[in-house]
Amino acid sequence: MTREDIIKDENKVYSRPRLLLDATMHYCPGCSHGVVHKLVAEVLEELGMEDTAIGVAPVGCAVFAYNYIDIDWIEAAHGRAPAVATAVSRLQPDNVVFTYQGDGDLAAIGTAETIHACTRGENIMIIFINNGIYGMTGGQMAPTTLEGMKTSTTPYGRRADINGFPVKISDIAAMLDGTCYVTRQAVHTPAAVRSARKAIRQALINTREKRGTSFVEIVSTCSSGWKLSPVKANKWMEENMFAKYPLGDIKNTEVKK
Amino acid sequence: MAKIFGAVEIDSNRCKGCDLCVAACPTSVLSLQPKEVNDRGYHFAYTVNPDACIGCGSCAAVCPDACIEVYRLVDKNA
Ligand SMILES: Cc1ncc(C[n+]2csc(CCOP(=O)(O)OP(=O)(O)O)c2C)c(N)n1
Ligand code: SF4
Ligand code: SF4
Ligand code: SF4
Ligand SMILES: [Mg+2]
Repeated sequence: MTREDIIKDENKVYSRPRLLLDATMHYCPGCSHGVVHKLVAEVLEELGMEDTAIGVAPVGCAVFAYNYIDIDWIEAAHGRAPAVATAVSRLQPDNVVFTYQGDGDLAAIGTAETIHACTRGENIMIIFINNGIYGMTGGQMAPTTLEGMKTSTTPYGRRADINGFPVKISDIAAMLDGTCYVTRQAVHTPAAVRSARKAIRQALINTREKRGTSFVEIVSTCSSGWKLSPVKANKWMEENMFAKYPLGDIKNTEVKK
Repeated sequence: MAKIFGAVEIDSNRCKGCDLCVAACPTSVLSLQPKEVNDRGYHFAYTVNPDACIGCGSCAAVCPDACIEVYRLVDKNA
């Protein structure tokens, strides 16, 4: 069997998603943002949402998300994506609206917008990239930073007595009556990627069917902020982040108890 | 016995040499170029052991830059 025999259209089992634009993403090597962008592009295509989806981009490393996925986008001010998404989804009820936000954006400056969009049960999907740090601005502590975790503003490690405790905002979102689906995923292994893809698919279907707010946390790495190689960052995430942020569904009102 | 043949095409200019595909491959097909770099200065991924590929798609699944396309062929007569 030669390479030419194998590399034929009929044998192709994975292609670059059609909705990913040609632009090279500006993310650092190995950044989880890239994997999640890829999944969002794949699922939007699979669900035939390329003409109906409207994304709301955050402030944070994902600020240029609109350059990478070929759908309509709006850029929100820092933390305000759920408020902007509220307006868009109410004014354009035939569209499927989602936000894409980091932990600094969603769980610090934008906490109020997050909580109240979930409380109102806005028909949006929120994708929440929790890398435990402010990646874009140089690796400062975020509300999600683990105790003991070193960042540029906690150089000796986060101390609960000075810096407070890490916030598990997905657990808070699950307590609010407006959310229909809250899940915590990761994208560090092929199996995790498959599971995250399924979650994003479920969340987009919920949004199309107007079931309320779907909240998909992706526990992520920021190898630059964490000062580790991408492979080591994945390992560090498994050993440290997952204890505080365990993976799996937190709430799913579609599943009959 | 059926035999599975796989192959990958890597967009080496898009690759950022993050090593995640290398770590994800179950059959050690991939490696980073030890010396050569692409236009943006990254030691890009390549198939050091192409015959071992089973077309499982693990490398493509974890690649943050969607550089890898995967082919898989099951030969029933092999
Ligand atoms: C109103 C306002 N305050 C502060 C900033 C500075 N700023 C830019 S990105 C960011 C945090 C980004 O962290 P996160 O949301 O976790 O995204 P990441 O880069 O980690 O994906 C901050 C504080 C800003 N741009 N606007
Ligand atoms: S700083 Fe962190 S979050 Fe931002 S692109 Fe780099 S690795 Fe990704
Ligand atoms: S398709 Fe599977 S076996 Fe082939 S290179 Fe990728 S991970 Fe390795
Ligand atoms: S995962 Fe993608 S970007 Fe990273 S080394 Fe492999 S091909 Fe290159
Ligand atoms: Mg962050």
